[in-house]
Amino acid sequence: MIRLVFTIIAGVLLGGIVHLVSVLALPRIATQDAYSRLTPMTKLNAVTPLALADPNNAPMPFMDPAFALAICRYDLSGGSIKLTVPVSQAYTSVSFYTRNEVAYYAINDRSAGKKVIELDLMTEAQHNELPEDEDVTAADRLIIDSPTATGLIVLKALAPEPGLMPQAQATLAASSCKVQTEPPPAKR
Amino acid sequence: MRLILITLLALIIATAVGLGATWMTATRGTDLGTLTIGAWTARPKTGTADVDPYSRATIARSGELPVGTGDGVAFSATSDDRKRPLDGRCDVVVSGVTPAARFWTLTLYDQKGRLVANSLQRYGFTSQEIIRGADGAFEIRVASRSRAGNWLPTGGIERYALMLRLYDTPVGVATRTQRDAPMPSIATAGCP
Repeated sequence: MIRLVFTIIAGVLLGGIVHLVSVLALPRIATQDAYSRLTPMTKLNAVTPLALADPNNAPMPFMDPAFALAICRYDLSGGSIKLTVPVSQAYTSVSFYTRNEVAYYAINDRSAGKKVIELDLMTEAQHNELPEDEDVTAADRLIIDSPTATGLIVLKALAPEPGLMPQAQATLAASSCKVQTEPPPAKR
Repeated sequence: MRLILITLLALIIATAVGLGATWMTATRGTDLGTLTIGAWTARPKTGTADVDPYSRATIARSGELPVGTGDGVAFSATSDDRKRPLDGRCDVVVSGVTPAARFWTLTLYDQKGRLVANSLQRYGFTSQEIIRGADGAFEIRVASRSRAGNWLPTGGIERYALMLRLYDTPVGVATRTQRDAPMPSIATAGCP
């Protein structure tokens, strides 16, 4: 009897460990996460507009149907990425996600404070390699550090009324996301 | 022989308890870092880099992308103010005011996060589309049959979820109470 009770207690304790390990492992082993869902329908290091969410066909659950959406799936191993998004009339935002869907940075048109949201995305190592004085001279250049080499940039433009959706989509179509091929200017 | 049996039993219990708990928390979510105002629940931390492991597991399992904190915050409701589950066959009234935000959207989803088909192709409202009263308050009627004013069709599905997303808003990780964020009330007005 004692032995049975002991077995059950040991099982529950072990179960706690199994639970913790599986919760921590789930983001890594999930096959239906947003990144995996978007991989077949998006281009690497380029802006891909997503079709509007509708009941029969939505790439992800819980998408906001009032927004036009575009995805830039990035891989920083070939160099840093320059992102340019013109601001639409209503509301535009750019959110950054790691490979495992951690939203590590998001900015909207008002906090960008300009007609165009311009960002440089790089890994921490690439940021450290930047010449230091360039960091200072280009004060208005916004540099984002990505915690992972791959991930997703989600560009969103709001259509406050359904009639404004083409306008929102046109804004996103004019945005660009590409690898910076030219090496950073040498130290003066 | 007995030792093997007992070890096996312990391992079976461990697997069942462990994976069961993980499945439960990943499907239903946990109360970790939640902000509850009336019937509405938000997890402002899911939009930041210090998201808790349970929310990460939930996000990875469902395949959604959380709203980033610099972008906005998402509140969801699956029951009315009296804890009665939202029923698509009933008339539900969402009324009142929303917290300060540049824009907000209210969207209706089924339990899996899909939009609900209807002939109007109306899946939600934005703050600009809504018809308001003279005092700035609004009233949205969520019902399966057409209603006057702001009608949000349910398609007659049994259970649904409402999601109120605030964009460019001070509401976030620091928000605690109704006073910081006055959320609209949800009331079931009548069932057929």
